[in-house]
Amino acid sequence: MTENSAKDGAYNYAYLDEQTKRMIRRAILKAVAVPGYQVPFGGREMPLPYGWGTGGIQVTAAIIGRDDTLKVIDQGADDTTNAVSIRRFFARVAEVATTTRTEEATVIQTRHRVPETPLSEGQILVFQVPIPEPLRMLEPRETETRTLHALSEYGVMQVSLYESIARHGRISKAYNYPVMVNGRYIMSPSPIPKFDNPKLDRSPALQLYGAGREKRIYAVPPYTPVKSLDFDDHPFEIETWEQCCELCGSKESFLDEMIVDDDGKRLFVCSDSDYCERRRAPAEAAE
Amino acid sequence: MSDLRTLAPGLADPSHDAQQLFRAILDAASHPGRIVSLPSAPAGPGALSSAATAYLLTLADRDTPVWLASDFDRPEVRNFLRFHAGAPIVAARAEASFGVVAAGTPQPFDGFNLGTDAYPDRSATVLIEVPDLQSGPMRHWRGPGIADRTSVGIAGLGDAFWDDWAANHALFPCGVDLVFTAGTELCALPRSIAVEV
Ligand SMILES: [Zn+2]
Repeated sequence: MTENSAKDGAYNYAYLDEQTKRMIRRAILKAVAVPGYQVPFGGREMPLPYGWGTGGIQVTAAIIGRDDTLKVIDQGADDTTNAVSIRRFFARVAEVATTTRTEEATVIQTRHRVPETPLSEGQILVFQVPIPEPLRMLEPRETETRTLHALSEYGVMQVSLYESIARHGRISKAYNYPVMVNGRYIMSPSPIPKFDNPKLDRSPALQLYGAGREKRIYAVPPYTPVKSLDFDDHPFEIETWEQCCELCGSKESFLDEMIVDDDGKRLFVCSDSDYCERRRAPAEAAE
Repeated sequence: MSDLRTLAPGLADPSHDAQQLFRAILDAASHPGRIVSLPSAPAGPGALSSAATAYLLTLADRDTPVWLASDFDRPEVRNFLRFHAGAPIVAARAEASFGVVAAGTPQPFDGFNLGTDAYPDRSATVLIEVPDLQSGPMRHWRGPGIADRTSVGIAGLGDAFWDDWAANHALFPCGVDLVFTAGTELCALPRSIAVEV
């Protein structure tokens, strides 16, 4: 009787049918119980192009309710086409309030960044994941990677990182830098810059990761140790910049390089648009 | 045949109630030891608590067989779960996705599916109906979802129960996940959590 209470009469509330939501919800609970392990889930295809972030959208659709406030970011920005489309989609099919302010959001769906503003307990960060398997580039066979995770046999990853050091003098991976979750599973943090990896460690927020094409869900519960892989003689390091943000002056945030004129003049600005705007208008933000 | 006239009602608003209940359950699962009060939990059939009933209505369906301990294995409970959730009731613990047992049952989670090293997600979730979630002896819980440690006093459980739990936790990443239920409240104990006796 109320399964169709969404404003959009053609769809069920939050777009997915109840059985699909239940299946995804069960997968999320198992993912939370085994942090960093990729839970396969079934279900039908979302009629959306994969680049849209179907895995993240499915997770968000399975958890979101009318009491939520949703923020969507793509590369750190709330105003990109992708972020705007996803935000409008959920405003329509799930009747949720939306925001660009990190601390106001109860659910944050993201592609390629973790917000600069520290997250708090009760918030849920939903990552859109293109390739969930951290060992895929090293071992294409699914049966093999599954066995390696089962045995916690991660030598192949260690060798790969050490080869990078031998070749480049350091671990050259700047995005999707692999992590060890709670000392047990190696996990792909999705294509966030390694700059964001420390924010995953013992975060008070719940992290959910959804991969649409490969149909995998994985999770990091609050306060769970997340360690970026490294070696004693080559400890993990994040990116640093000599410049600060051209707009807000931040020295702490992840900067995007922009080319601003035909002469190739370059400047650096915060990738997190909400963080940057709020720093530029502190009086307004404090009200 | 079940008599629909005597069937207890399920969720009043299936889509939104299930969403709200799921978020409460997710809150509990991601903060083990936290006592979570369930919104709009319906009264349970038979001896089934409101919280256990809400849990099953939110997550069980035709794909998830349910095993009921003898305290709960009554026609009104079976009919309720079949009618409102479509969940098959199975006779063997090993076949169940969800189990419901009472505190004090010997070896309460023995024989349930533990999952495999390759697919630990296939393990069962067992609901343990207890008298209450705070008046028992305090024990320290540690693990994912808990900042440092938390003290939890689930009532109705003996030392043997916690020995069994230690053995289950040692199977990680395999092992069952537990949810303690009492009245309209629940508290989750995923396999990842170590309990100090
Ligand atoms: Zn800035």
